[in-house]
Amino acid sequence: MTEPRDPQLERLRWQCRRGMLEVDLLLKRFLDAGFSSLDQAQKSAFADLLEYPDHVLVEWLMGRQRPSDERLAHVVDCIRDASAS
Amino acid sequence: MNTARRRFDALVIGAGGGGLRAAQQLAQAEAEVAVVSKVFPTRSHTVAAQGGMNAALGNVLPDNWHWHMYDTVKGSDYLGDQDAIEYMCRAAARLVIELEHAGVPFSRLDSGKIYQRAFGGQSQDFGGAQAARTCPAADRTGHAILHALYQQNLRAKTHFFDEYFALDLLTDDDGYVLGALVMDIATGEPVVIEAKTTLIATGGVGQIFRTNTNAMINTGDGMAMALRAGIPLQDMEFVQFHPTGIAGKGMLISEAVRGEGGYLVNKDGERFMERYAPNAKDLASRDVVSRAIAVEVREGRGCGPAGNHMLLKVDHLGADVIKKRLPGIRDIALTFMHVDPIETPIPVYPTAHYTMGGIPTNRYGQVVTPARTGPEEPVPGLYAVGECACVSVHGANRLGGNSLLDIVVFGRAAGNHMIDFLKDHRYHRPMPQEALERAQQRLASWENRSGDESVAALRLELTTVMEQNCGVFRTEEVLQEGVDKVMAIEERLLHAPLRDRSRVFNTARAEALEVENLVDVALATVCSALARRESRGAHSRVDYPKRDDVEWLKHSLYSKQGRRMDFKPVRMKPMTVDPFPPKERVY
Repeated sequence: MTEPRDPQLERLRWQCRRGMLEVDLLLKRFLDAGFSSLDQAQKSAFADLLEYPDHVLVEWLMGRQRPSDERLAHVVDCIRDASAS
Repeated sequence: MNTARRRFDALVIGAGGGGLRAAQQLAQAEAEVAVVSKVFPTRSHTVAAQGGMNAALGNVLPDNWHWHMYDTVKGSDYLGDQDAIEYMCRAAARLVIELEHAGVPFSRLDSGKIYQRAFGGQSQDFGGAQAARTCPAADRTGHAILHALYQQNLRAKTHFFDEYFALDLLTDDDGYVLGALVMDIATGEPVVIEAKTTLIATGGVGQIFRTNTNAMINTGDGMAMALRAGIPLQDMEFVQFHPTGIAGKGMLISEAVRGEGGYLVNKDGERFMERYAPNAKDLASRDVVSRAIAVEVREGRGCGPAGNHMLLKVDHLGADVIKKRLPGIRDIALTFMHVDPIETPIPVYPTAHYTMGGIPTNRYGQVVTPARTGPEEPVPGLYAVGECACVSVHGANRLGGNSLLDIVVFGRAAGNHMIDFLKDHRYHRPMPQEALERAQQRLASWENRSGDESVAALRLELTTVMEQNCGVFRTEEVLQEGVDKVMAIEERLLHAPLRDRSRVFNTARAEALEVENLVDVALATVCSALARRESRGAHSRVDYPKRDDVEWLKHSLYSKQGRRMDFKPVRMKPMTVDPFPPKERVY
């Protein structure tokens, strides 16, 4: 039995594997819980966000700094909103 | 179908600091080097190392490599190999300078010298006053080192296989390691990487525990590959735990919280540490606090619906103190639980942090295993460094600041020895067809699995069993139950089909392979913990509370074949100085 899947989403899922647990957990949680409700432009912003190094992501995702690019800042807000479980 | 083949002089599996330091050494010597990494190299777990790297530079307080050696031997609870420890501590200063030249922006004093901070376990003059030995690059030393090493490798033309998953080592009948079978995660296709010499540098395996501080990639892939190739794992019972991680998630809540006046309560609201450590209470040593939390949970006084954690209260400190002195902790609680510790206590449980055990090596990074000729016979062509290896400089307990040092020192040493090996082994040895078939079987076996089990559910069950039966509360009974439960999970995994058998970017396949590795390494860990009937360093047995140097001043070796335990002596003789004989460890 094979479930339907989206290779693009799976590619992003692997890109969410990071060097720091904090970043891992926040990105994975969001991919499972909030990603599908993003529009196409926001999805593309999420993919751009993943290109940033872990030490930058951790500062953004923990709310200690904010990206100057509003597209990224919005996605970061969405990830932070989805983070509690 | 023919499997694609690539040939290199050297193969490095894992792109953290240890792997990249070795690859740099090899590539600069003009060897053709392949580095295989399951994630993009600068996303390796080395980035998470914040503190710094120890070296007796003496820039802030007087220091000497010999004092560093003493502290490391004592910290290891005398299980560390003293020749390897001497080698590491002597090399440290030079390697810090090398890293500085490679582009690591170490923090500086006003004088321009490298700044050094004081960490626990560091002393002057063999146990005297506090030393300051740790060289930081702000609070992201690991990140700085990893990026510098990656750039050095790009310059030296190291060939990177990014997002390739290493499946198994390829070996011939004479015991030579001839490379590895790897899988391109993007296409799902296997690729044979033939190499005259191979280094495993795949990091630790904190992911065998439900609550741990490690990145999710830390699944012990290299350790499990070694086990399947017939190589034992050494000292796997020694896992460093921190008493307060966020329950079920793992992030560290620093001791600073209790230092500022935070305290632990059970479900009845009782300050239970008063019962376990009437004087030090919540500031008792890490192992005492960790075990007290585990006992409270075991005896039914855990908090939450599953009764599986304690609460760390700080609300009585007031908003001002929390905001001013504990802002990082507040960020973590707000982000991951959407609770503000100013009002609500933080759920905590001991969190697994560092794996002291691993693939046995000597101080050249050569993998060594017991053979007819002795307990430490090199496996020809095979090397291991870093957290996946056990050289053993950390022994039963690792000191802060020594892990970044370990990866850089032994990454370089392994690279150098591999260069020598290449001079004596100029041609690729023939690749026997059986070697390929053996390695391919592992991948193939997943294609045909059927049954009702679920890979994801078994992973959760495994990590929960390890937390309960091989965590900080260890007795014969608890550990034996752990062995039985992990063996049952191993059997059930054979009945867990892939939920998705497609090839392109199938993360389910990679995750299934990881769970298989976790099970192999978890079994090594719990079997080793059951075997060692004493308490030493991070391995604490409630039923054998004392260190026993008569019976147990020895390394343990676990082999997958027959789940056999074996032992070998600790190398008590340093390279040039007098040995440090075991003494009671008092701080």
